[in-house]
Amino acid sequence: MYSDKVMEHFNNPRNVGDMENPDGTGEIGNVRCGDITKVFIKVNGQGIIEDIRFRTFGCGAAIASSSMLTEMVKGRHVEEAVKITDIEVADNLGGLPPQKLHCSNLAADALKAAIKDYQDRQK
Amino acid sequence: MDRIYMDNAATTPLEEKALEAMMPFLKENYGNPSSAHTFGREVRKAVEETREKMAFLLGAKPEEIYFTSGGTEADNMAIVGAARALQDRGNHIITTSVEHHAVLDTCLALQEEGFEVTVLPVDQHGMVDPDDVRDALQDNTILISVMHANNEVGTIQPVEEIGRAARESNVLFHIDAVQAVGNLPVNVETLNVDLLALSAHKFYGPKGVGLLYVREGTKVNRLTHGGGQEKGMRAGTENIPGIIGMGKAMELAYSQLEENTRRMESLRDRLIQGCLEMEEAKLNGHPTRRLPGNVNVSFEYIEGEALLLSLDFKGIAASSGSACSSGSMNPSHVLMATGMSEQTARGAIRFSLGRHNTVEEIDYTLQAVKESVDKLRSMSSLYQGKGER
Repeated sequence: MYSDKVMEHFNNPRNVGDMENPDGTGEIGNVRCGDITKVFIKVNGQGIIEDIRFRTFGCGAAIASSSMLTEMVKGRHVEEAVKITDIEVADNLGGLPPQKLHCSNLAADALKAAIKDYQDRQK
Repeated sequence: MDRIYMDNAATTPLEEKALEAMMPFLKENYGNPSSAHTFGREVRKAVEETREKMAFLLGAKPEEIYFTSGGTEADNMAIVGAARALQDRGNHIITTSVEHHAVLDTCLALQEEGFEVTVLPVDQHGMVDPDDVRDALQDNTILISVMHANNEVGTIQPVEEIGRAARESNVLFHIDAVQAVGNLPVNVETLNVDLLALSAHKFYGPKGVGLLYVREGTKVNRLTHGGGQEKGMRAGTENIPGIIGMGKAMELAYSQLEENTRRMESLRDRLIQGCLEMEEAKLNGHPTRRLPGNVNVSFEYIEGEALLLSLDFKGIAASSGSACSSGSMNPSHVLMATGMSEQTARGAIRFSLGRHNTVEEIDYTLQAVKESVDKLRSMSSLYQGKGER
């Protein structure tokens, strides 16, 4: 039911864990299935996401999506990163089963919340 | 270590001797038992011998046994068939909140046809109170359907007592014995049942075959129309190799029942104890009245499916309590019926042991569970803030 890529990310998740003094933090709970993801970002003076970490309570798809998203945004500008969609995350994982597509929202939404937190702090 | 299979409540491997018994009926003995010629008559003889054997082991008469495609079909035949046959007497059915979907969804389908369905609650261990069954009885109650043992949490229901209550009130009693047969002594007389469903692949028989026991004199409307097979109750050419394999598997299961039960209970208790030694783990289901091979444990802060996948990487096959893994997004209706939080229900994992599991496998599994739980907790957004552990 899961692609090899999903299983690989699930088993060896990238950028998992906490971050000391993040520049932005986002936490999103999925009302549909109860999954919860937290994303922490470190952003440099040019607005580039230099580092990112996540923690997820959820199924295999939720964990793999979180991991994939962190890989996709590292080194990118916040303005670009905020545009990443759940569909791109799922595509990069080689697709997700239909009933699991909503899991890829979680990471993308948590990142958006973290970027918003970062931007609010800049004001 | 080889792969470890601990999902025997989902299905069991086919017993070698059952396969051997089936082989001639997949090859040279291919006749249709409804045929009058020798090809057919030879097969008919084997089918009827199996019927006699199944009846004998269940404490029934051969004419009370109807072969089906499995447990789900047998449950449907029993519930829908009996309800429709008794429509002129009443339209009330009693069942429980922890039934398998083969029963629960069938009852709900009847509700749409105009039947009234009472779904009884269970206690924290998943047990039905026979007094609740008595209290739910109405003048128009025609059928009570309660599972013998629960597939998820392994709780063994007080079916004998419920059967007595049904008998006293002259109400039909159906049990879904799919998880019980092969694990518990199942006898239609001691259990006071009128209808009983079982499935061969849960006791090391082949998939795609089961049976429905219908007590003599019980009126059940047929659901399938066509040829006159199974005394007109179940049209369609019988699954001959399946029936023969089921007979052999049942014979073996009953002859080794005590020995297998004892062995599996000791493995089960070792696994349960090891799991409960880990922090924030909780046993789901009944502490003592449970299937000999069932272990269902919730680990807080993690999701059952993630644990299942992590164990799969380590070569261990289990099943997750959260139905998120099987397509629907809701946590298991069984776990929720026992009154636990959604989060705890989602942290559940089920190991269903079988006759092939060993002590070494249990110990390896415990080590793997510990590693997986620790890893998933270190990644969990819920575990955060719990301090360094």
